[in-house]
Amino acid sequence: MQDNYTIEMLNITKRFPGIVANDNISLQLKKGEIHALLGENGAGKSTLMSVLFGLYQPEEGIIKKDGKEVKINNPNDANDLGIGMVHQHFKLVQCFTVLDNIILGVETTKYGILQKKEARKRVMELSEKYGLFVDPDALIQDITVGMQQRTEILKMLYRDNDILIFDEPTAVLTPSEIDELMQIMKNLAKEGKSILFISHKLNEIMSVADRCSVLRRGKYIGTVDIKDTTKEELSKMMVGRDVQLVVSKEDAKPTDVVLDVENLVVPSSHHHKNAVNNVSFKVRKGEIVCIAGIDGNGQSELVYGITGITKTTGGTINLNGKDISKMSIRERNTSGLSHIPEDRQRHGLVLDYSLAYNMVLQRYFEPEFRSKLGFLKKKNIRQYANRLIDQFDVRSGQGAITITRSMSGGNQQKAIIAREMDREHDLLIAVQPTRGLDVGAIEYIHSQLIKERDAGKAILLVSLELEEVLSVSDRILVMYEGEIVGELDPKTTTREEIGMYMSGARREEVKA
Amino acid sequence: MKTKKNILKSNAFQTILSSLLCILFGVIICYIVLLCINPAGANEAMTTILQNFLSASKANLRLKNFGSTLVKTAPLIMCGLSIQFCYKTGLFNIGAAGQYVVGAGISLYAALAWHLPWFVCLLLATVVGAVWGAIVGFLKAYRNVNEVISGIMLNWIGLYLVNMLTGNVKESTSPYTIPIKSESPQSLLPSLGLENLFGGNKYVGIAVPLAIIIAIVIYIIQQRTTLGYVLIATGYNKDAAKYAGMKGSKNIIITLIIGGALAGMGAGMYYLTGMEQWTTTSSSVPDMGFNGIAATFLGGLNPIGTVFAAYFIEHITLGGSKINLNVYPSQIADLMSAIIIYLCGFTLFFKYCINSYLRNKEERAARATVEVTKDDKAKEGGEGK
Repeated sequence: MQDNYTIEMLNITKRFPGIVANDNISLQLKKGEIHALLGENGAGKSTLMSVLFGLYQPEEGIIKKDGKEVKINNPNDANDLGIGMVHQHFKLVQCFTVLDNIILGVETTKYGILQKKEARKRVMELSEKYGLFVDPDALIQDITVGMQQRTEILKMLYRDNDILIFDEPTAVLTPSEIDELMQIMKNLAKEGKSILFISHKLNEIMSVADRCSVLRRGKYIGTVDIKDTTKEELSKMMVGRDVQLVVSKEDAKPTDVVLDVENLVVPSSHHHKNAVNNVSFKVRKGEIVCIAGIDGNGQSELVYGITGITKTTGGTINLNGKDISKMSIRERNTSGLSHIPEDRQRHGLVLDYSLAYNMVLQRYFEPEFRSKLGFLKKKNIRQYANRLIDQFDVRSGQGAITITRSMSGGNQQKAIIAREMDREHDLLIAVQPTRGLDVGAIEYIHSQLIKERDAGKAILLVSLELEEVLSVSDRILVMYEGEIVGELDPKTTTREEIGMYMSGARREEVKA
Repeated sequence: MKTKKNILKSNAFQTILSSLLCILFGVIICYIVLLCINPAGANEAMTTILQNFLSASKANLRLKNFGSTLVKTAPLIMCGLSIQFCYKTGLFNIGAAGQYVVGAGISLYAALAWHLPWFVCLLLATVVGAVWGAIVGFLKAYRNVNEVISGIMLNWIGLYLVNMLTGNVKESTSPYTIPIKSESPQSLLPSLGLENLFGGNKYVGIAVPLAIIIAIVIYIIQQRTTLGYVLIATGYNKDAAKYAGMKGSKNIIITLIIGGALAGMGAGMYYLTGMEQWTTTSSSVPDMGFNGIAATFLGGLNPIGTVFAAYFIEHITLGGSKINLNVYPSQIADLMSAIIIYLCGFTLFFKYCINSYLRNKEERAARATVEVTKDDKAKEGGEGK
């Protein structure tokens, strides 16, 4: 039984007004293991980690370090115990160098003057030891997200932390960066560091973790050894029922062309080059065409161009045979275009409006919702919203009158999906529709997309998740540096092949 | 217990409570300042400020002074509404002061040079204010010029244009414009017999009821019409408004036209009463437009709340002007109203305080119930044994 636990959280209970975020949860971390913490959004993972990191005080339960009970009242206590955390959103000073960020707060000084030389030596040693390649003199704002994350990891190592918490570390990374991170985590564990890995991505947990603890709705479900379990079992523990991990769908039966993009050029808002360069493709009724690619290769701008958010500077966009490239956003919306935007809080919703008001965001001017004198028909708006809420199972505190800001991310996304799917449309553009959502919600959204397709709609899906690309789409177009560099068939292609196109290692002339 | 909690949580109640807290703190600070300058007169001065017209000895005089406060309230309501309307669309219309100035200038000129009837003068003030707002709107919509910068610049341009214009209708021996009453009585706002209610205060007329009606109209536009729906959506999240196909540039211009019209009309409502003449040598923009900011924030950024807040601000401002100047320096009136108006800007801060107080209390309550249930469990366990 002497299992040599380095951190034990025993019977932790943390309540917030109205909910029990952690209900009698125990978590035991062995020295040198990678321990995954799995759960849906709102299952209590972040709360539990905040308790460990000293941000919250639990009402019940104790924390032990190396068998001795400890009190963690604030993050400084946690740091003293050797607990470090890489947050989902990095805590880095943008205009400082990598080295400055690493030593920030624990600088060595001599007569009040910074002694960076030694620090640099130690950072270089650490980065070599664990395979964490960074350029210590580069500014944070100039380096990739992956390197920023490595900087965060070095920050923990520099402080001699040996219990490392990773909070959803892969959400912001590209596939190759994810592979690198997995390797880094394994190296760290090999060197005796203990890692807590928070995630809801089953593939990653299966490939890197030793053990996995599962939480569901604030309750502890169990801890399993990864080598004795399967993805299906884990997802069942997490959601509480069987989940379809592979999307089941019939073969697509594409018919007429709905969207025909020819030689489209969209300028970039960041630099003077074109973000989208001479792109041509078609989407037909009854098929899901997926644009794959690493973030920042022009996918967002392509969608902005098609939907009218950014003005295009060349080429044509034909929707049902009509050129919409010069039309206003309103005209495009009413000519049969629906759009699930990439950033649901920035573009998709007016967060301070009620759910009902958000449901008619593009339709408030229709006679159903506006009287001849320009007054809102509030009753009709509420009825319409209630219908969508029922039909798409959008959950919220007070139904149609709930302020959208107070809803969970998954339900906000469901509201957008309900609105966009219910509007008259022939083409649905969905940009990363499952980003940040849990397995249950992803399953739901995928099944809705397939349903749309089978109902004869044309669907353009933009996704950064290879799993999603491979399982949902009927055709894959890979974008690299603003151009479409390959068309692939999801049934015959592999992760590796798509990866080659995504990284620009391979390209072909595409005449879609 | 439950109903009490609900009241505290309701947004409207929180807004009113935080406005009252602002006033309370403003009064306390004023009192401290008065004590510092001259402790002997502090009590008396403070009562004078708060009582305003109530301190007058005769009933008739009290009514008359009440009427004067109301006359000055009307333009402040309008300036407050101008700020409120633009603020809800996400625009800070500091140019309301300038829109007010040009409204004042044109209404006086139309009355004194052209002898036009009052409603035409008022309409002209509204239109010219709207044009002044539209300039800011066009610059913002098509050239992305910050509305605060162009607004402030236009305030000064407006001021000196109006000085030039009214220079043609000024009294020959003073820098003031000719009184409307002697030059063009048909240009004065009609009183509708309201003057009789206020001890024969001849300046009281349709301005106040008109301003209140307009506040209600603005409320209805914002809450019930698609125009309000679109404008407020733009104010909350302009990217989402764009995504939804609402026309950003058009909305900015419409908002500032309406904002300008409100401020310009407010000026007409005041200067067409004949209560004040324009000083053609003015070297500062009248503070009515700026006080509108305080009025609407104190009113919880609500059109109806703005009406009450505007009255309060005028009440203490006029009250301050009645302080005994043998005891205090002459700047005391402006200082007192400035302190209270400044504190008016803290409404949102107090609202935040109320909310965090509620949150803490709830968390404590949650903890308490945990302990109670624990005790209960322990007891049950004990009895079981």
